[in-house]
Amino acid sequence: MTTASAPVLEIRDLSVSFPTETGTVSAVDGVSLDLAAGEIVGMVGESGCGKSVTAMSLAGLLPSSARVTGSVRLDGTQLVGARESALRRVRGREIAYIFQEPMTSLNPVLTVGRQIGEVLQVHERMSRRAARARAVELLTLVGIPSAAQRVDNYPHQLSGGMRQRVMIAMAVACGPKVLVADEPTTALDVTVQAGILQVLRDLRDRLGTSVLIITHDLGVIADIADRVVVMYAGRVVERAPVDDLFAHPRHRYTAGLLSASPQPGRHAGTDRLTEIPGLVPVLASQPDACTFADRCPAADEQCRAAAPPLEDVGGTDHVAACWHPCITAPTAAQEANR
Amino acid sequence: MARYLLTRAWQSALTLLLSTIVVFVGVRALPGDPALALAGEDRSPEALEAIRRHYGLDQPLPVQFAQYVERMAQGDFGVSIRTGTPVSSMLTTALPVTVELSVLAILIAAALGVGAGVLAAVRRGRPAEWLANGLALIGLSVPHFWLGLLAILYLSVATGLFPASGFVPILEDPVDNLHHIVLPAVILGTGLAAIIMRQTRSAMLDSLSSDYVRTAKAKGLRPRAVITRHALRNSLIVVVTVVGLQLGGLISGAVVTEQIFGLPGFGKMTIDAVFQRDYPVIQAVVLLTAAAYIVINFFVDLLYSVIDPRIRVTGDPA
Repeated sequence: MTTASAPVLEIRDLSVSFPTETGTVSAVDGVSLDLAAGEIVGMVGESGCGKSVTAMSLAGLLPSSARVTGSVRLDGTQLVGARESALRRVRGREIAYIFQEPMTSLNPVLTVGRQIGEVLQVHERMSRRAARARAVELLTLVGIPSAAQRVDNYPHQLSGGMRQRVMIAMAVACGPKVLVADEPTTALDVTVQAGILQVLRDLRDRLGTSVLIITHDLGVIADIADRVVVMYAGRVVERAPVDDLFAHPRHRYTAGLLSASPQPGRHAGTDRLTEIPGLVPVLASQPDACTFADRCPAADEQCRAAAPPLEDVGGTDHVAACWHPCITAPTAAQEANR
Repeated sequence: MARYLLTRAWQSALTLLLSTIVVFVGVRALPGDPALALAGEDRSPEALEAIRRHYGLDQPLPVQFAQYVERMAQGDFGVSIRTGTPVSSMLTTALPVTVELSVLAILIAAALGVGAGVLAAVRRGRPAEWLANGLALIGLSVPHFWLGLLAILYLSVATGLFPASGFVPILEDPVDNLHHIVLPAVILGTGLAAIIMRQTRSAMLDSLSSDYVRTAKAKGLRPRAVITRHALRNSLIVVVTVVGLQLGGLISGAVVTEQIFGLPGFGKMTIDAVFQRDYPVIQAVVLLTAAAYIVINFFVDLLYSVIDPRIRVTGDPA
């Protein structure tokens, strides 16, 4: 889904670094991204590539030691450097979060109804009674059966999938403009995962919420996202509509990710999955070079001398930061698949 | 919940019975014949026989035990060998003093300890934490009898802010009663406060870095709500455990504190009884202390299930 209207969330040149005992570590470097109303954008990359830090920085949820620069505009309101009290009004009401571990992300000593109601009490000034009644509606909305009873349950009395539905109910309680789902299905098994993604899609359709879904699972991206952002070592390396990305990955890292994930029929028999050699580098500062060069099969002097800009690589709204983008299908395996 | 309560109550009763047996056997195992001790000058076999019959000492042990339990159930703990007053009446004057002292000490310690612990965790790496940690170290390492003496010297003798010793029953004059007992309670509570502070601090640091606190922040809650409703409630279980475990230390601490401040409590009564080999009193004291432990443990367990729903053993389906 692409929309011509002004983006709900506008991220420009967002950078985050953390001072550590051994010097500054750069976690996110110059990330730019737009999120249109009702759009689901997937953010994908390996562990440690800066996905979660990007997500947390949007509503100022990083520890105070983090240095955040750049711009995050929510409906035109600047959030980077905003006062804590202003951010508090945004959190939970305009930007809501769903986290990876539904077991530990819910407070074990409060009923789920109370935890959902809390958001409404804070932002909508609802009474505790009204908030509880609304919590029952929300639990029904996210597909929890006999919500009127479940509302008084504690998290440990619910299954993993149920808990994640509770998290979602909590997140959409105030009808946020943007829902940030940080690995929402990673801790769940596959059938439950499909259910959760369906709930997210439903909510987008019903409430028009924009969703930024962060995952390392390309299957999830293919299932739910309209557009994909691929991150590597704190930078956006490729951005494209989902079909385009899967059919024509241009960045060598994206191509590597795709060939490292199993697809039906592709790796049958003796074929092994192709892995990307090496690890995501931990960067003291962002070098003026391609951060993927050390792991890239096509790297040359140019890649180590200058950072490639995000450039149009053909197709609609398809950009990649690579000096030597894949022209056609990148690997024999993918060729065979098509 | 009802079944859980019943089980716990039954276990407590059993423990109490066992401690009664231990106390009973323990006293009988002491060297020396009580009849001989009671006889005084007249040690004729007839007199000794009469004494044994009078006190039921000629009966077999199980019968004696049954009689002993029966009398105790009626509140009859025997008569002090030294003063001749019934032990039960000694207890009714001494117990309220100790109970008041201990309860007040726990309240003060919990308030100070939890407050300082939360502050130290929230203001991590800042002067407030260093101050709290420093005070806790002092509270832990300075023996409280010495602290008590200092307090008497500076706060009672030198400035006259508090009375140096003595006690006024709460029913006679509540204000004067508090005036007398607040200083001993603070002194008694310092060690406990330090322990509670340290445990609260580490539990709070755990909770504050937990996922559910991150969720609470992401919901847009105020820091106060995040800290109290989310982090502290999850840390309380640790605090309750520590308080429960430390009550033993508190009782022995009360013995010393009462001695220093001249409070006519349980502790003072115990020390006097030990020095004077007043067995009926010692027996009652040991038994009551055991009973106090059992009752307190019961309440600590109950508190657990109030604080943490995961511990609740419910009959109703989830």
